[in-house]
Amino acid sequence: MKARGVKEGTSTCASSSVIEQTVHKTTAVMPSDSISQTDFSTDFRVLRDGNKLAQMEEPSLLPGESMKDMAKDVTYICPFTGTVRGTLTVTSYRLYFKSLERDPPFVLDDVRTIRFAHKQEGHTRRSIFENLMKYAFPISNNLPLFAYDYCEIFPEDGWKVYDPIAEYKRMGLPNESWKLSKINDNYELCDTYPAILVVPVNVPEDELKKVAAFRSRNRIPVISWIHPESQATITRCSQPLVGMSGKRSKDDEKYLQIIMDSNAQSHKIFIFDARPSVNAVANKAKGGGYESEDAYQNAELVFLDIHNIHVMRESLRKLKEIVYPDIEESRWLSNLESTHWLEHIKLILAGALRIADKVESGKTSVVVHCSDGWDRTAQLTSLAMLMLDSYYRTIRGFEVLVEKEWLSFGHRFQLRVGHGDKNHTDADRSPVFLQFVDSVWQMIRQFPTAFEFNEFFLVTILDHLYSCLFGTFLLNSEQQRVKEGLQKSTISLWAYINSQLEEFINPLYVNCYNHVLYPVASMRHLELWIGYYIRWNPRMRPQEPIHQRYKELLGKRAELQKKVEELQREVSNRSASSSEKAGSPSRSVTPIQTVI
Amino acid sequence: MLSLGSGGGKTAKPSFVSYVSPEEIKKENVNDELKPHLLPGELVICEANTVVKYSREDSLQRGFYGKLVCTNFKISFLSAEQLLDEVDQSYRNKLMGENDISLHCVDQIFGVYDDKKKPLLPGAVKNKIPEKLLLYCKDFRVFHFGLTYTKEEDAKRLIRVIVHHCLNPTSLKCLFAFSYVGAAGGLKVGPLGIEGEPPTIMFETKNDWRDELDRTGGLLTYRIISSNENYKISTRLPQFFAASVSDDDIKKYKGKGIPLWCWSHPSGCALLKMAAFPETVDDNSSQMDKGWIDRQLQVLGETHPLNHTIKTEILSATLPTLQEIQASYSRFKQLFLPDNAAEFWESDVKWLSVLENANWLEIIRQCLKKALDIVECLEHSTSVVLVEENCSDLCCLIASLVQVIIDPHFRTISGFQSLIQKEWVMGCHCFLDRCNLLRNNDKEVSVFLLFLECVWQLLQQYPPAFEFTETYLTILSDSMYIPIFSTFLFNSPWQRDNNQMLDEDRRMRSRSLKLPSVWEWSVQFENSVQALFYNPLYIGKPKLDRFRRTQRIKDPELNCLEIVQENVLDMPEPQRQMSLPSSPSYHSRPSPKKGFFREETDHLIKTFLGKKISRWTPTAEDHSVNNRLFYENWRSKPIDLHGLLLPLHDGPALKIWGQRYLRWIPEVQIPGGGLTTTLNKACEIIDEIKTLQTKVSQCLLKRQPSSPNTDVFTPFHQSSRLSSTFPFGTLRRQSIKPRIPVSTNLSMSFGSMENLPDDEEDLGLL
Repeated sequence: MKARGVKEGTSTCASSSVIEQTVHKTTAVMPSDSISQTDFSTDFRVLRDGNKLAQMEEPSLLPGESMKDMAKDVTYICPFTGTVRGTLTVTSYRLYFKSLERDPPFVLDDVRTIRFAHKQEGHTRRSIFENLMKYAFPISNNLPLFAYDYCEIFPEDGWKVYDPIAEYKRMGLPNESWKLSKINDNYELCDTYPAILVVPVNVPEDELKKVAAFRSRNRIPVISWIHPESQATITRCSQPLVGMSGKRSKDDEKYLQIIMDSNAQSHKIFIFDARPSVNAVANKAKGGGYESEDAYQNAELVFLDIHNIHVMRESLRKLKEIVYPDIEESRWLSNLESTHWLEHIKLILAGALRIADKVESGKTSVVVHCSDGWDRTAQLTSLAMLMLDSYYRTIRGFEVLVEKEWLSFGHRFQLRVGHGDKNHTDADRSPVFLQFVDSVWQMIRQFPTAFEFNEFFLVTILDHLYSCLFGTFLLNSEQQRVKEGLQKSTISLWAYINSQLEEFINPLYVNCYNHVLYPVASMRHLELWIGYYIRWNPRMRPQEPIHQRYKELLGKRAELQKKVEELQREVSNRSASSSEKAGSPSRSVTPIQTVI
Repeated sequence: MLSLGSGGGKTAKPSFVSYVSPEEIKKENVNDELKPHLLPGELVICEANTVVKYSREDSLQRGFYGKLVCTNFKISFLSAEQLLDEVDQSYRNKLMGENDISLHCVDQIFGVYDDKKKPLLPGAVKNKIPEKLLLYCKDFRVFHFGLTYTKEEDAKRLIRVIVHHCLNPTSLKCLFAFSYVGAAGGLKVGPLGIEGEPPTIMFETKNDWRDELDRTGGLLTYRIISSNENYKISTRLPQFFAASVSDDDIKKYKGKGIPLWCWSHPSGCALLKMAAFPETVDDNSSQMDKGWIDRQLQVLGETHPLNHTIKTEILSATLPTLQEIQASYSRFKQLFLPDNAAEFWESDVKWLSVLENANWLEIIRQCLKKALDIVECLEHSTSVVLVEENCSDLCCLIASLVQVIIDPHFRTISGFQSLIQKEWVMGCHCFLDRCNLLRNNDKEVSVFLLFLECVWQLLQQYPPAFEFTETYLTILSDSMYIPIFSTFLFNSPWQRDNNQMLDEDRRMRSRSLKLPSVWEWSVQFENSVQALFYNPLYIGKPKLDRFRRTQRIKDPELNCLEIVQENVLDMPEPQRQMSLPSSPSYHSRPSPKKGFFREETDHLIKTFLGKKISRWTPTAEDHSVNNRLFYENWRSKPIDLHGLLLPLHDGPALKIWGQRYLRWIPEVQIPGGGLTTTLNKACEIIDEIKTLQTKVSQCLLKRQPSSPNTDVFTPFHQSSRLSSTFPFGTLRRQSIKPRIPVSTNLSMSFGSMENLPDDEEDLGLL
């Protein structure tokens, strides 16, 4: 596994200590297959002689990629191996550094900060820097992202992976209590929701509109998942607009009552508010708030204590500090604790666990929301669904899960990731999706046989979350994507992934339907995801012998199975020719000692 | 198909275990027929009825009632319900049942008085009977016994007996092992190691040593010393060992101050260990000692071909002291004994920093680093002499760790066991004192456990490189507290030999009184359990020991995957070892040899005697840089699992040995998950491969269609039933409930972050 797949960068360009400017989210990316090519291409020794530099090979370009600038004699200051001299190339898509002294080309990633010292004359330097700024942050420079230029062709259309109607049908929807509604067909009810929504059968459109008016950004409670047996549901929404005065909405109360009634197994409904109760209270001042148990009969409100996007961003910043470039050996654990990163993961997992438990063991329907219902809510519903439904643990199922709970329900990827935007201190950025994937990784570690995909699958998704090579994670909502015609002008990440599934398959996978997974949300089991956060440190490079070993075993098994089949076919052919005399086939149960 | 979550709310299915709340217990329902399973020589000392064993899984709210028995070997809880339950267990120890606690396994005893926990100490047992008796075990089980319904005098007597037998000092001859073997009389000595496996080399005979010298290629330089036969020279040396010195030299200081051979590197250099002289006040004698050691090292240097350099490594100078190790372990083990769920979740918040403060991982790291240093020397053709005052604690640890890292032979089960025999048992590690079996507390240090910890770290970093599993290591660590095995009962081979014979009938029964070695696994386990020792991921080595190849036939799991090649040297050939670009700093250093014999001699002696002076070798920082380079050079090449295996010791790389420490804590059990599932899966695949192979050979042989029925593999969905702590804490509960963290008031304070607008900051527009 070439874990050095694809990189996105936070790079610092230092040139002769004159210009030092922080560049964030450099779109310097190579898909993992092409990196191995470049690995090979650099195998030949480049002469150190400066005159021959011109003969050096250019990076192999992706379809649609073009070279923009090149600087020679650049020094890359690698924190692990010291300085390396080489050539820096800026293309329309990536920053490419080719070393003169070492084999692997350097590529940029999201947890690294890269320093280039540039020795050359001012002119070249400026031009390279300008080009870098221009193509690293195309949005800030009014240029399209590279995803729109990228034109590689894959056998499968990744945009077809998620079909909401098929997915709801898989869940058994619509049924007698729930219907598919077209009320949001033109994104008029709620511009951050998908076109197709599943709502209770008996609620007329005007009442839905009244409910929408009482929910922040019109994000009404709609179905995320329904239990195939108990009909208990997970519904998601945003906070109610209670405000300081404690406003109530009869329609909203009635609506939740209908949701509760659609599940005959329970006479209760749980409302999970992802926020700490303090934050929920504070939201009242801004017109938001939470459901009071007085107003909502039979509802129980639970706060899950998950902090807001700013706290999470800060936590990731601290985490980056302790893993790059150096890891303080003896203080590692307390440093890790001080980032609170794992503690946040723990709370998210614990919240999802409580939701899954209520739905599965309690057969009770739940409503999940945070403030707007597109960050923490998405984390919680998608993780709970992953625990409850084994379909989402397959590769395609997981793609559907991301498409459904994250993309179609309007997680604001562009704002949270900041694609192509140079303002890296933007307060809207937050590693919400990263935390979700990290939580999934924690689950994979606890249940190594329950997921069809492997760690590399998750890493690849995260790399392309930042890469802008594929259209999947661009923009903020389904409405925007439709408007921009993203499906026509870009390629979906799933096309790339589904075209090379063997890379992402977990050899240990056992398909167990109906298994509910209850991960343990304790610090005793949670671990920092070394294979993602510290993968650039050559010391911590992942060791893959276990999976390698499994693949060998599986290969051996397949080979033997084939052999057995062949032999049996051969034997049955023979016996068929001689079966006339052989008599009843049941004979073969007791093997006859005949040597041929 | 099993649905893990279904039926969570109600436990409709009748279970074997009927939980009885204490209130429901009828006093007359005393079951007198329950008899403990007694081993030969085991005697019941006292017992009490109507004791309630609270189950931690049920948050101590419910439990079984039964009888608590204390014998001269164990404390045993017997209950009618639980006996039924035990039938179902796949993992069973023949000596100890699930509810048996060896007296030596008890670590701490508490009584609960009015909901307050108080330690029960010998001589200080109060008249008042506690409501609950808490037993904390060295293998991290925690037992809660309720005594409320027990007859007062029974309870009082039982507590006194338990406290006396678990905590009071005792003498060697009183250890249960002796009554066990005495009563068993002609106790059958089981096979050493595992049936069908290459035998464990015990290093009791000259031949064992010769074979090992031969295997490692040390025969040219070292010879077998037999002058200590019958312990004529020293009781702190084995009867036979290897060294390069003359018999006279050995006699002079009773074996102290001479380098003893541990292992030879293919390059010809060797790992040796040496006991330092005790501190003397007499200046004259210290001068003498000094000259002596000079000479010994000179002799050693001369005997080596190719002018190898020699480095001495004074372990006490750079490694933590034994006291520090023990203090750290005492802190560390306490972290894994939470009394209840609330305590568990409370400690979860600060878990990482608490773990760091215990310092145990740091001590493991230092051992791994030290071993790396020495491996680096050996790889650079420098012989290393480990020096320690007794040469029986850190010397054993570092020497054996180095050998596990370099020599793949020691990563097999028989090799590993032989290594422990060679370095620990024959190395005179004071198991009796260090395990504190006689409870004279001052000498207790978990050095051997620290070694197992280091090996576990390696195993966890390179799983396919080891023939054994972590279960093997865990069981081995548990076996230290079953006082039957000669391996862990004595301070030296001399003490063992001296005590294994009873004076009165030495001649007649001396052989039959031999205590079993822990390697006689059949004493404890059936073959089915022993199968858990084998790592299904292990890639069998195609190369076999020269002198053992005939025996290495029946690895039940892996045989099929090994390509059997005959007659190949076990030792890796030099080219398979890494050939390092020599780091410049390494060679620019003044020749250690020269420095050692001239200017540095005084210094060294001071270090030997005073133990407070820093080493003559380069400073620590210098070394860690070297160390890094050495590691990174090695890491940049593909790993040869049968070659050098360098441990990574960075912060994120060191982990907690979960199976050992967390196995009894219900909150951390992952139902249907954990590493177990991977190993199980691998076993299943291997089984399938085996079936297919038989089928292929059947087809080939008979050219007959095999029965179509055999085609159907019965899928093992067993794995979904197992918890992550398999084989130790099997899931008993019919329904699996998630463990939901008790939300504690988070100590997190995010300062200004809290005040930033939440993610709906433009709500104001509404």
